[in-house]
Amino acid sequence: MITITGLKLKNPTILAAGILGSTGASLLRVAGSGAGAVVTKSIGRSPNSGHPNPSMVKIECGFLNALGLPNPGYQQYREELVTAKKGKVPVIASIFGGNASEFVEVALGLCDLADGIELNLSCPHADRYGASIGIDPSLVREITSAVKDAVNIPVWAKLTPNVTDITKIGLAAQEGGADVVVAINTVRAMAIDIESGFPILGNRFGGLSGTAIKPIAVKCVYDLYAALDIPIIGVGGISTWQDAVKMMMAGASAVQVGSAVCGGIQVFAEIADGIEGYCQVHGHEVPDICGIAHER
Amino acid sequence: MKPANATIIDVIDETPSVRSFVFDLSLEFTPGQYIMVWVRGVDEVPMSLSDHNMITVQRVGDATSAIFELAVGDTVGIRGPYGRGFDINNPVLIVAGGVGAAPLAPLAEAAHGMGYDVLTLLGARTHDELLFQRRFGGVGEVMIATDDGSAGFHGRVTDLPDRGMVDQCIHSCGPEPMMYALLSMLDEQQRGNAQFSLHRYIKCGLGICGACCIDPSKECACVDGPVFYGSELVGSEFGRYRRGADGVRISIA
Repeated sequence: MITITGLKLKNPTILAAGILGSTGASLLRVAGSGAGAVVTKSIGRSPNSGHPNPSMVKIECGFLNALGLPNPGYQQYREELVTAKKGKVPVIASIFGGNASEFVEVALGLCDLADGIELNLSCPHADRYGASIGIDPSLVREITSAVKDAVNIPVWAKLTPNVTDITKIGLAAQEGGADVVVAINTVRAMAIDIESGFPILGNRFGGLSGTAIKPIAVKCVYDLYAALDIPIIGVGGISTWQDAVKMMMAGASAVQVGSAVCGGIQVFAEIADGIEGYCQVHGHEVPDICGIAHER
Repeated sequence: MKPANATIIDVIDETPSVRSFVFDLSLEFTPGQYIMVWVRGVDEVPMSLSDHNMITVQRVGDATSAIFELAVGDTVGIRGPYGRGFDINNPVLIVAGGVGAAPLAPLAEAAHGMGYDVLTLLGARTHDELLFQRRFGGVGEVMIATDDGSAGFHGRVTDLPDRGMVDQCIHSCGPEPMMYALLSMLDEQQRGNAQFSLHRYIKCGLGICGACCIDPSKECACVDGPVFYGSELVGSEFGRYRRGADGVRISIA
């Protein structure tokens, strides 16, 4: 059992936003498979179909996606949250907007059902949204602060790695009152079909997830741990308990898992059991390994 | 996997609204599995394989219209085959409606090759929309139903299967109201032997994005389906609604 931003999690593995989170039933399935908490698909003000396909492809070193924030809008997503809540694990609503007032509108529309709000300040392929906002510390501060003032559930800020110095963005979120930062979202990337010269993704470019971005995520979490006072949730390329332990040693209090569900959703239970086993062998309590690398 | 390049070597007009496209590559597949067909610069859509090197398409929207524009020599990108296809269970009863005959024609041929008995109930709106009648007829008996009575039984294909359905294993694909009507006619034991191929909005095809999760079984149509047993569909969204690209529920009438 760990506590993060006041929420009790039976283990430190969390379903990352955008993965198996389009429907309540799907979130319930992941909750039942052993995840400590689940984060929804990012939800906005109104229904959005996202980018044309191909919107996700597997490449040699991970997955490339440009789904483009498809979602039914917060009003229609409420019934999915009602279903997801039956899973008896905290359900975090990932939300996006084009400015502070849109973020607040969506947060207010979901905060009576969700256990927490995760601000999508980091989607790399949605014009006007996500990282378009998340690369600007003053906007991050303003949005975080506005949502924090509007709701009385924990507010998580999910950061983009596509900046020169992620700690500046992390500090802005902390100043805005974020309860935790989540790092990282996908790394901007593209692939090209050599038969035709066409970019493969319908949106031409997108974000890279999976094993390839793990070392990038570890470094971002390491830097954020050194710079911030609030906790960090590490995400990016985690598929084994060893990956999770590394991320926690870099400074993460908990981890999110996304692309690795491709190998089956038992991955949450496997990682959680592995972390537990590792800590027993090494004589640690789970929270104690957070940030160990900074002391070495 | 990244899309593989496929060149169209033949285009066959099957019916006034349905065309087959033959590729220059051969895929190992289980009938009912699909490939993601990328019309470069337009869209990528899931299409059942109607043979080891062929898809059979009905023009319904932007992506299928773009496929209809393609001619011999044009190329597309292909990922797959993906998903869970049909188990071929003897004795084989095929219930096909409209373009739903596409994945079932190779199933009928495979079943015949295994020495199984094959009976096909083939339905369409009109006689000229009956798809693959010759392929089904080459491997077993075919019973026809048309909505307008222009060929065979005048009515729904689901009004045909009274004949010996109890002892047969249903393999069905077609409009969802048709398949739902069929499922509703079955008792518990028959549902366990009946398989249905679902049409859902598929994005990743990898079981990651969750766009095609079925309520309430939580399975992804793209990897856990598109073929499901009737026993898995009872009490589900099947026959009631599907979801659009934005996840909004769309009623199935």
